[in-house]
Amino acid sequence: MLARDDRDSLKSTPLHGLHFSLGGKMVPFAGYDMPVQYPAGVLKEHLHTRSSAGLFDVSHMGQIALRPKSGKVEDAARALERLVPQDIVAIAPGRQRYAQFTNAEGGILDDLMVANFGDHLFLVVNAACKAEDEAHLRAKLSDDCIIDSLADRALIALQGPKAESALAKLCAEAPAMKFMDAGPHKVAGIDCFVSRSGYTGEDGFEISVPAGEAERLAKTLLDNPDVLPIGLGARDSLRLEGGLCLYGHDIDTTTTPVEAGLEWSVQKSRRTGGARAGGFPGAEKILAHFDHGAARRRVGLRTEGRAPVREGALLFADATSSEPIGKVTSGGFGPSLNAPVAMGYVPTASSAIDTKLFAEVRGQRLAVQIATMPFVKNTYKR
Amino acid sequence: MTTTLYTSDHEWLAIDGDVATVGITDYAQSQLGDVVFVELPKLGRALKKTEAAAVVESVKAASDIYAPVTGEVTEINDALAAEPALVNSDAQGKAWFFKIKIADKSELGGLMDDAAYKAHTA
Repeated sequence: MLARDDRDSLKSTPLHGLHFSLGGKMVPFAGYDMPVQYPAGVLKEHLHTRSSAGLFDVSHMGQIALRPKSGKVEDAARALERLVPQDIVAIAPGRQRYAQFTNAEGGILDDLMVANFGDHLFLVVNAACKAEDEAHLRAKLSDDCIIDSLADRALIALQGPKAESALAKLCAEAPAMKFMDAGPHKVAGIDCFVSRSGYTGEDGFEISVPAGEAERLAKTLLDNPDVLPIGLGARDSLRLEGGLCLYGHDIDTTTTPVEAGLEWSVQKSRRTGGARAGGFPGAEKILAHFDHGAARRRVGLRTEGRAPVREGALLFADATSSEPIGKVTSGGFGPSLNAPVAMGYVPTASSAIDTKLFAEVRGQRLAVQIATMPFVKNTYKR
Repeated sequence: MTTTLYTSDHEWLAIDGDVATVGITDYAQSQLGDVVFVELPKLGRALKKTEAAAVVESVKAASDIYAPVTGEVTEINDALAAEPALVNSDAQGKAWFFKIKIADKSELGGLMDDAAYKAHTA
């Protein structure tokens, strides 16, 4: 239990009051007082998101506008390419792309979304990293860009097969959007930024809304019987089944994008032989990993038994060897699979699908098998 | 005639002679959330008081269940291993974990009765 002083030092999102009125069980997360679950519970919230629609408060995440001093968005894009291995210049207006800030050792400082809003770039970064990310942007890009922290906005995710119909009632353009489309739209008459993306493996949207209008928008969405509020507990089990990385766990400053299995997110133009190859922090190491392979790799894991294998569990090649070959970085129970799921790092030589390994849980070696991710097929509207 | 006692770790013990049936309280299950896995001690295992005896896992986390008294495991609830959600639906009934033959009844002295446990969780 937290002492009152600790709780008082936590920040709250513009939907804090709504979480209480919905019966949210509040926990500290990345310095915020956030709902881990509502009365329905993690299992029902997870399954509801996969069968209908879930509403998530992700206002703790950082929203940043990168405004080019020249007035040309491609100048902001070129500047940002100095910090990420992605092709930012190629993001068309109204489109969004997944990216990573890298460090000089090729590790990942944070992962983020970058959208082209026509005259500026819009970034969404992780809550726990947002202060460092902003300082990093200011230190490296201030000659070219105004770094505008949009702290007065909330962020609401609406995810699941009924997210489209629920949002369509408030935003007529929503159904025409495709996966990773992003831009300004009116939602329930409010000026919002809407992207067709999320962190569950489901089709869905993320809606950036002015803080003062956030509760009204959330309540309007929740008035739809298809939409239930979903806490951080189910957010984690949904993204795990979706094979999506959690920063600070599955990726961090010691993992390169190649080790993390995120090669798909690094476009050819930034790789060896590309038009703008390299030129980002850690390029030497990351491009070497592309060209010659990395020694280890992030993989998905399924278990033979019912016991969940959780973060920190060591992985072994067989039932008796004393030297671990890898480690679980995220793991738990996947409600849609009705079975445990995990991900972790293993030597590339042992990373083939169906490879049998052992995970140590409470002193026992449990049989696990490397499995294809995502564990649950994603349903993005491409 | 059975007497029910409680530990500060939110386990209940239904005492019948020198055998205690052990489970977790309704309060404990409400704090854990949806239970998806239960690991029970082996039959015949000799447990020391406060030793980790069983594990209960929710979607989010694993929690140890400690032996509330010293003794030998005489029965385990296989139905619970097959249907872990019983912990949520009937924590203080069908979802008992194991039975233990109490080695030293003086260890019961430190446990709470119903009224004391209610005050503990208030």
